[in-house]
Amino acid sequence: MSFWNTIGSGLREIWAYKFRSLLTMLGIILGVSALVAMSALVKGMENGTREALVAAGGLEKIRVEPQYELPAHQRHLLDQAPGLTMEDVYALESGAPLVHQVTPAVEQYRYREPMVATYKGKTVEPFLVMGSWPAVLEINEHVIEHGRMFADLDEEQASSVCVIGTGIRDELFGEPEGDETGVVPIGETIYVNGLPFTIIGMFERYESESAKKEREFRRLNPQPAEAAGPVRSRGWGGNRGGGHFIFRMKNNTILIPLSTMMLKFRGMNGISSTGEAAPVRLSNLNMKISRIEDLEPAIQQVRNVLMMTHKGIEDFTFRTQEDWAEEIQNVIRNARLSGGVIAGICLIVGGIGIMNIMLASISERVREIGIRKSVGATNLDVFVQILVESTVISVLGGIAGIGTSYALVGLIASFTPTDNSPVVTLNAVSIAFAFSVGVGILAGLYPAIRASRLHPIQALRYD
Amino acid sequence: MALLELRNVSKIYTLGGEVIRALDDVSLDIDGGEFVSVIGPSGSGKSTLMHILGCLDSPTHGTIQLDGQMIHSASAKQLAHIRNQKIGFVFQFFNLLPKMNVLQNVELPMIYAGISGARRRERAMEMLKMVGLENRARHRPSQLSGGQQQRVAIARGLVNDPRILFADEPTGNLDSHTGEAILELFRELSTKGRTIILVTHDPEIAAVTSRRIEIRDGKIASQVDPRLAGLDRVATAPVAG
Repeated sequence: MSFWNTIGSGLREIWAYKFRSLLTMLGIILGVSALVAMSALVKGMENGTREALVAAGGLEKIRVEPQYELPAHQRHLLDQAPGLTMEDVYALESGAPLVHQVTPAVEQYRYREPMVATYKGKTVEPFLVMGSWPAVLEINEHVIEHGRMFADLDEEQASSVCVIGTGIRDELFGEPEGDETGVVPIGETIYVNGLPFTIIGMFERYESESAKKEREFRRLNPQPAEAAGPVRSRGWGGNRGGGHFIFRMKNNTILIPLSTMMLKFRGMNGISSTGEAAPVRLSNLNMKISRIEDLEPAIQQVRNVLMMTHKGIEDFTFRTQEDWAEEIQNVIRNARLSGGVIAGICLIVGGIGIMNIMLASISERVREIGIRKSVGATNLDVFVQILVESTVISVLGGIAGIGTSYALVGLIASFTPTDNSPVVTLNAVSIAFAFSVGVGILAGLYPAIRASRLHPIQALRYD
Repeated sequence: MALLELRNVSKIYTLGGEVIRALDDVSLDIDGGEFVSVIGPSGSGKSTLMHILGCLDSPTHGTIQLDGQMIHSASAKQLAHIRNQKIGFVFQFFNLLPKMNVLQNVELPMIYAGISGARRRERAMEMLKMVGLENRARHRPSQLSGGQQQRVAIARGLVNDPRILFADEPTGNLDSHTGEAILELFRELSTKGRTIILVTHDPEIAAVTSRRIEIRDGKIASQVDPRLAGLDRVATAPVAG
C-alpha cells in the first residue's frame, strides 16, 4: 500500500469522525500552543532583560562599591576603613592595566538622599544625581542626543553644568505630544537643591526596543486623550514608559561633574583627627575591561590594588553584570523548565488521548481489519495504517496548535509589560511541532501493534 | 499437478483443555477450473477447511500446495501476499467496508497489490460492469440491496484475477430469488474457467456444482466427483482416510 494511499485513508478516517477527531486533537493543540506560548514568553523575558543588561553597561563593566560590613576577622578595624576615595582611582589608573576608564562617581539616590530639581515652579525628584567624570558616558552606556557632555575643563573648574535625562526634561519642561525631538532645554538653568545648574546636554530617550515601537505606533496613530481628571504622580512603580527599571532610572538622571558634586553637595564630609579635611568618599568606582575573558584576572588585579590602598581592609565589594547575567540565565532556565514541564505534560495527556481513541477505534474496526487482511493486507500494512492515522491526528493537532499559539501569544502580549513582549521563535515552533508528531507516533504504536496482530479469522468473525 | 493439493491436513485446537480436531487428516486435490462445493452441517469443519485453503489460517499438520507454492509453512506476510494475488473471498455477510463507496471497495485488493490509481479505477469499473453494477460505483454499500452488495463482493473477490474464488455461504444472507441470481453468476464464472470453491450447509445449493465434497467431523465423509465415475454418471466414492 503506497504512502499517499495510507495518508489518504487516514484522513478519510479522521474526516468520518470529525468531532471525535477534533476532541482528540484538542489535547495536542493545547500542548503545542502551551509549549510555543511558554517559550515565546520566556524569549520575550530574555530579550527584555538582555536589553536592560546592555543598557546597564554590558558585561565588560566592573563596579566597585563600598562594603560597610567587613569580613568577621576585620570587624574591629571598621573605624579605620578608608572607604572608596580618589586615591583608589589614581592607584587603579596606574596599577591595574587590565582595566581602563576608571571612573569615580558620587551618587545621590532619590531613595537615600532625596534631591530636588526645580525650574520655574516645577519640581522633580531625580532618581539619581550623579557626579562623575566625562568617561561615565561610555561606562554607563549613555548617549548624548542634544548639546554636549561636560568636559575635563568643567571638571577642573567645577562648573555648575549638568546633563539631564529625558525623564527630567519631561517633568520640568513638559512632555511634548507628537513631537519626536520635543523641548530641548539646552542653556536653561535649573536649580538642584537650590543651586543653579546650566543644562548643557541631554541624553537620548532610553527605552527597550518594544517600548520604542509602541511609542512610534502611538505617535503615528494618535490615541484620543484620556478622560480629564486630577493629575497625580503614580510614583516610580507606575508605567512611565520605557519599560524596564533600568531605562527609567537612566532617563531620570542628572549628571554633573565630580568636582562640582564634591564641592557643592559633599563638601562637608567631616574633619579628620589631624585637622585635614577627610577625603571625600566615593559612592562607587566604575571601570571597563577590554575583553570579557579578562574579567576574573581584572577583578583580581583591582582587588590587589585596592587591598594595598585600603591597608588590607576589605571594605569594598565587586559588582559585575556577570552575576546579573547569570541570574537572568537562571531565571530563564527555570521558567523554561517549568513551562516545558507543563507543556510536556499537556502533550503527554494529548498523547494518551490519542492512544485512547485509537484503541477505541481499532476495537470498533476489528471487522474492517479482518476484511483488509482477507484481501491481502499484511500485518505491516495494518500497522502502518493505524500509526499513520494517529500521526495524522497529531500533525493536524500540531498545525492547529501552532495557529492557536499565535493567538495565545497575542493575548498574553496584551497584558504583559511591553519590554517583555513574547516572541515566537521558529525554533520553538519546530520543536513543538516535532514533539506533537513524536507524541502521535508514540501514542499510535501500541494500538497499531495490537491491530496488526489481530488474527484474520477472529477479526472477520467479530461483531 | 493439481491447482490445490492437500495431504494429510489436520487442524487441532485446544479449547478449555479439550482437544478439538476441526480437520482430521484430510487429503484432497482440486484442479484448475473446477466448481466445487464443500458441504457439511455447522461445526463439521468445512469453514476451517476453507480458512486453511484460503490462507487465512495455517494447518497444524499436513502439507498444502497451491499453484505450485507450499502454503502450510508460509509466513504471515507470504500468506497475505497469496490472499491478495491468488485468492478471492465472498462472504456470507458481504464484508464490504461501510465507509467506502462501491468503487473503493472493489479497488481495495488492488491497493494492497500496489497498482496505480488510474489502473485501479479502470479495472474496478471493469469488474463492476461484469457484475452489472457500473452505475452504482459511487454508492455506499448501505445504499445497495443484499444481492447487489454480494455482487460488489464478488467483483472485489475477482479484481486481482485470483486462481481460486472462495465463497462462504454466499447466499446465506439473501432471499432465495437473489440467491439464485448469485449462484447463476457463479455458474457463469465457472463456465468461463474460474476455479470456485463454494462452502455451504445447504445440499440444494451444493447441487449447482458438479463436484461435491461432504465434510463431517473434520473428515471428508463422501465425495461426488464426476472424474471418478465416468463422465455421464456421478458416483459416491468413499474416501480413504
